[in-house]
Amino acid sequence: MTVTSYRQALHDALREELLRDEDVLLMGEEIGRFEGSYKITAGLLAEFGAKRVRDTPIAEEGFTGAAVGAAMLGLRPVVEIMTINFSLLALDQIVNHAAKIYGMFGGQARVPLVIRTPGGGGQQLGATHSQNVELYYAFVPGLKVVAPATPADAKALMLAAIRDDDPVLVLENLALYNTSGEVPDDLEPAEIGRAAVTRTGSDVTIVAYSRMAVVALEVAERLAAEGIDAEVVDLRSLRPLDRDTIIASVRKTNCAVVLEDDWLTYGIGAEIAATIGDGAFDWLDAPVRRVAMAEVPMPYAKSLELAALPSADDAAAAIRETVDAVARRR
Amino acid sequence: MPRTTTSRTRPRSAPTAPAADDAPSAAQELAFYRQMVFIRRFEERAARAYTEARIGGYCHLNLGEEATVTGLMSALRAEDYVFTNYREHGYALARGIAPERIMAELYGRSDGVSKGWGGSMHLFDLEARFMGGYGIVGGQLPLATGAALAIDYRGGDEAVVCLMGDGTTNIGAFHESLNLAAIWKLPIVYVIVNNGLGMGTTVEEASAEPELHRRAAAYRMASARVDGNDPIAVREAAATALASARAGAPFLLEAVSGRLKGHSVVDPARYRSREEVEAARAADPIAGYAARLLESARLSEQQIADAERDADRAVAAAVAFAEASPHPDPETLFDYTYATPVPNDSRRRPGEALFLAMPAASTAASVNGATA
Ligand SMILES: Cc1ncc(C[n+]2csc(CCOP(=O)(O)OP(=O)(O)O)c2C)c(N)n1
Ligand SMILES: [Mg+2]
Repeated sequence: MTVTSYRQALHDALREELLRDEDVLLMGEEIGRFEGSYKITAGLLAEFGAKRVRDTPIAEEGFTGAAVGAAMLGLRPVVEIMTINFSLLALDQIVNHAAKIYGMFGGQARVPLVIRTPGGGGQQLGATHSQNVELYYAFVPGLKVVAPATPADAKALMLAAIRDDDPVLVLENLALYNTSGEVPDDLEPAEIGRAAVTRTGSDVTIVAYSRMAVVALEVAERLAAEGIDAEVVDLRSLRPLDRDTIIASVRKTNCAVVLEDDWLTYGIGAEIAATIGDGAFDWLDAPVRRVAMAEVPMPYAKSLELAALPSADDAAAAIRETVDAVARRR
Repeated sequence: MPRTTTSRTRPRSAPTAPAADDAPSAAQELAFYRQMVFIRRFEERAARAYTEARIGGYCHLNLGEEATVTGLMSALRAEDYVFTNYREHGYALARGIAPERIMAELYGRSDGVSKGWGGSMHLFDLEARFMGGYGIVGGQLPLATGAALAIDYRGGDEAVVCLMGDGTTNIGAFHESLNLAAIWKLPIVYVIVNNGLGMGTTVEEASAEPELHRRAAAYRMASARVDGNDPIAVREAAATALASARAGAPFLLEAVSGRLKGHSVVDPARYRSREEVEAARAADPIAGYAARLLESARLSEQQIADAERDADRAVAAAVAFAEASPHPDPETLFDYTYATPVPNDSRRRPGEALFLAMPAASTAASVNGATA
């Protein structure tokens, strides 16, 4: 067991896979000489050379599409898109090709592609650079979307993504890169499509992913001191979605709060709430609450950004209100 | 070439700059020098404010591009439009926007040009026809092309100047935009501000045709390359390009200069060799311009000292204004989602419930009270 940062865990996974499989190559803007905008690929150009660690021009649509094509011939490209905001320039290639090729050609060609990209607001980057649009990808059959919250998951899910024969989008998070946690030395690839109960409890289920799964644990600890025993479900995978784990938890706690860093209307939380409505209606003692970003283009000013982002306090308040509502009903 | 438009003539305002073939007067040379020094000092002060955490987000500076900024903006008429990328403080200053309001925007304050909503990357001022800094690489190109379409559509005599970096010429929007402008004969000048680098990637590494202005050939568009360290040369080249654009022949201009610091304030630029950095420093456009003017006695040590003193004062005033400007009120969070009021617009705060929970003594009272 080693204590490692989320950033280092991602780096280690990439390095191990580059060592293990000649068909793995990295592509993206500034990943080589600049060592990556967020330094995930630091040192890899020096170690593996420019054939396997490829700096690309600023051409998201072009190089992402090229990675899809290379994957069709059996390479395993790992594309870095500097932030998820810029993935919108590659949306067409990801949605219309990466996700479709296996099905559209009757299973004749596979696309073993990984797209790594961080989301996350809260850095005063303004409207175009602070979005959490993983939903756009989680919406599309044929893509797999994973969203690790811890260093161990970052590594295990990255290993799994690279070895997977389908296109996998690995959602990283700007605010998590510097967090650290234990990573087993002999870590195996994770199974994509499985959520994890990261804290057991009996009073309320908190469902979250990525940064919000970390916030969920913090809030759960805080509420424990007030006598509220929360269970935390970290989704880990947005598509496929592990509905059974969510439902099993809610059938036990009888209420749920979803924490999400995206917009509420039509967001990931909407799917979770609908799932709970389907699978745990008779067990519910309170409406499913969602804590999510204010529905505005993200402002730059700190005072406005703070008002727009869901905070741990917002989460704690929503959970308390939900537990109170349950108490009133019983 | 005659413009193939529905020429509805519009009153012209007097050009703000004299025709380019006039040799620059001593007063103009001095004004250029003073503007370059002012931009330099403004940017250095912004960098300091960033390291003091007064400015957040990303902050990209025009350090090393002052001659390009000054020369280009001086060739525009007041009614022309400017679109830029996120490295745009200097252009906004040279366009005549109050430095106080620019600094306040960097500070994220309510008196900023974008009311604190945009930050360093997103300056905007309609009065100055400064149509925005944009943070998505290449994002401004289609917009600028569309602005030129609007001018052409109305038969106006304005032109659009669309700035971009060297790295931006590799994004699809560059090619799509130039092609559109060429087939529609739009009044637009695309300007590549070639500072030699994307973030850490050199032009040679990123571009199969590193003489970037030559890419215009693919669209049968006129183009030129100019020394971006010489404000007079830039101004002349820009005037030629603008005349072409106004006549319905869009133009691609490349101004070659250098980047004196990192890609943004936080980038230590360790990927650059000492020689590269020294070469950029040796080509410092302000020092070079001053040396040339001093040599021919068209600038004095006293004028240099005055320029620096005045720049420092103006920058200090901008900082004082920004510091004193109020933070935007969180109550204004929902003020700018839609221009046209619409029922059911979400005004929910992050922690707020969509609907009120059942009241305590469940009296079956209305629960339709959406908090919206
Ligand atoms: C579509 C998109 N991809 C990537 C980025 C990240 N990025 C910001 S600036 C930049 C380099 C741009 O280089 P250049 O066009 O030469 O402009 P410069 O910064 O040198 O002025 C990159 C890659 C972005 N903002 N948008
Ligand atoms: Mg550049």
